[in-house]
Amino acid sequence: MAYSEKVIDHYKNPRNVGSLPKDDPSVGTGLVGAPECGDVMKLQMKINPETDVIEDAKFKTFGCGSAIASSSLATEWVKGKKVDEALKIKNTEIVKELNLPPVKIHCSVLAEDAIKAAIADYKRKQGAGAKLQAQPASAD
Amino acid sequence: MPKGAARNGIGEKERILERDDDMALKLPIYMDNHATTPVDPRVLETMLPYFTQSFGNAASRNHSFGWEAEKAAENAREQIAHLIGATAKEIIFTSGATESDNLAIKGVAEMYREKGNHIITMAIEHKAVLDTCKRLEKYGYLVTYLPVSREGLIDLDELRAALTDKTILITIMYANNEIGVLQPIEEIGRLAKEKGVLFHTDATQAVGKIPFDVQKFNVDLASLSAHKMYGPKGVAALYVRRRNPRVQLSAIIDGGGHERGMRSGTLNVPGIVGFGKACELAEKEMPQEMARLRGLRDRLKEGLFARLDEVYINGSMEHRLPHNLNASFAYVEGESLLMGINDVAVSSGSACTSATLEPSYVLKALGVGEDLAHTSIRFGLGRFNTEAEVDYVVDRVVETVVRLRELSPLYEMAKEGVDLKQMQWKAD
Repeated sequence: MAYSEKVIDHYKNPRNVGSLPKDDPSVGTGLVGAPECGDVMKLQMKINPETDVIEDAKFKTFGCGSAIASSSLATEWVKGKKVDEALKIKNTEIVKELNLPPVKIHCSVLAEDAIKAAIADYKRKQGAGAKLQAQPASAD
Repeated sequence: MPKGAARNGIGEKERILERDDDMALKLPIYMDNHATTPVDPRVLETMLPYFTQSFGNAASRNHSFGWEAEKAAENAREQIAHLIGATAKEIIFTSGATESDNLAIKGVAEMYREKGNHIITMAIEHKAVLDTCKRLEKYGYLVTYLPVSREGLIDLDELRAALTDKTILITIMYANNEIGVLQPIEEIGRLAKEKGVLFHTDATQAVGKIPFDVQKFNVDLASLSAHKMYGPKGVAALYVRRRNPRVQLSAIIDGGGHERGMRSGTLNVPGIVGFGKACELAEKEMPQEMARLRGLRDRLKEGLFARLDEVYINGSMEHRLPHNLNASFAYVEGESLLMGINDVAVSSGSACTSATLEPSYVLKALGVGEDLAHTSIRFGLGRFNTEAEVDYVVDRVVETVVRLRELSPLYEMAKEGVDLKQMQWKAD
């Protein structure tokens, strides 16, 4: 299968690879996919509770080149956005940007899920308040 | 590999990479010899006159063009038969091993319908066998699919127990195309003979690579293909035993009655000539080639194991083709690994490389978890691979696996002591 140049670029030079401290209450972690399915994405965001702005984003992905590219692109797109804006990112935009073939659309769906899961985790932590000890992000 | 040794088939886009040891390396490197092999230049040379000069139809009985073509095809038949311990009359030419498998299984099923309707095969057969058996099930045949062990081997006691008085055929491959594991073919042949059941083996990956003898193994039908052994594509054969017992087949292709009525159609004379030459070369060079490829394969394996942790071999190392390695690189998805080593041609058992989105059914049958099946790579060494190529492939695989593990959340979690098997994954 031929990959688009953008997929190859993200695969060769993935943006924002790494991890943020998952116990930090201002960090939301999304872990989606499953090893049995051949795709697992971990997407983390550091969000400023005052401004709601996503100040940093990191990812790690187990998956094919398209999955790596989708999550790498997702980190680029969410950085600097407000949480509400980030939630509006649609998988179809990722498909378009990376020229993903139909068989790889699930990679973009997973990236959208990862964004939503990370924000949900952040909101859960914020809602839980400071009285609770921050829980490590779970995948369930 | 000696200087000036034969290489071919790579094409114009190749780059030359100068190495410190002054050994020039041509890229890309082909290491997918279970998929197909390049035609040996000596084979091609033998074939060429049969396209333009001796182009006759081997079935033309009235002129020298036909006689010449027939003579060439019969010579090739002898060469092929000799390699597998058969006689020339027992070789039926077909278009490919897929057709050979179809002819053997459907041909026996129809011919021996009165005798019984039960066929025994195995879970890790090639699709050409499995899907043929599935079709026969629709027509009322009963098929037993024997499971395999973690090593990829059938249990002979289970085979024995599966036999009934309605069993007309055992079809079990010799060497598997993904993991290279060799079934206990001699024992299967002995059992089949003892029970009076016909035994077909898809020997496509084995013939020309390791010794295969239809007499020694008591094989009644065997599929073999030219392009897996440095011959051309589009030509293959089915060995059909003529004595003790004489096997009869119903044809699946009807027409002019070629190949003793078992396979009608004009013979592909240039292809057949190439097939014959490929068999002659394989027979002559097999002992040295086996030893050399085993050395290269072991060098590949040792190179990978020395520099990477959590690499798992799929299938038995003991009962295996000398030129096959199939390994899972935990936490690194196969397709992304292939993308990282894009100047090396190998294949993956990952779902992402197939149209079905299911990982390898062969690895699944071995009990390899789907997580590890997604990380598997098949290396198939061949006649034209060199030690320098193996070293280059080791370097590329190691650097890519290290890089992708840095990118892998699973690797990070495993290193933190998270039990990945106990996680509740949110799959899409």
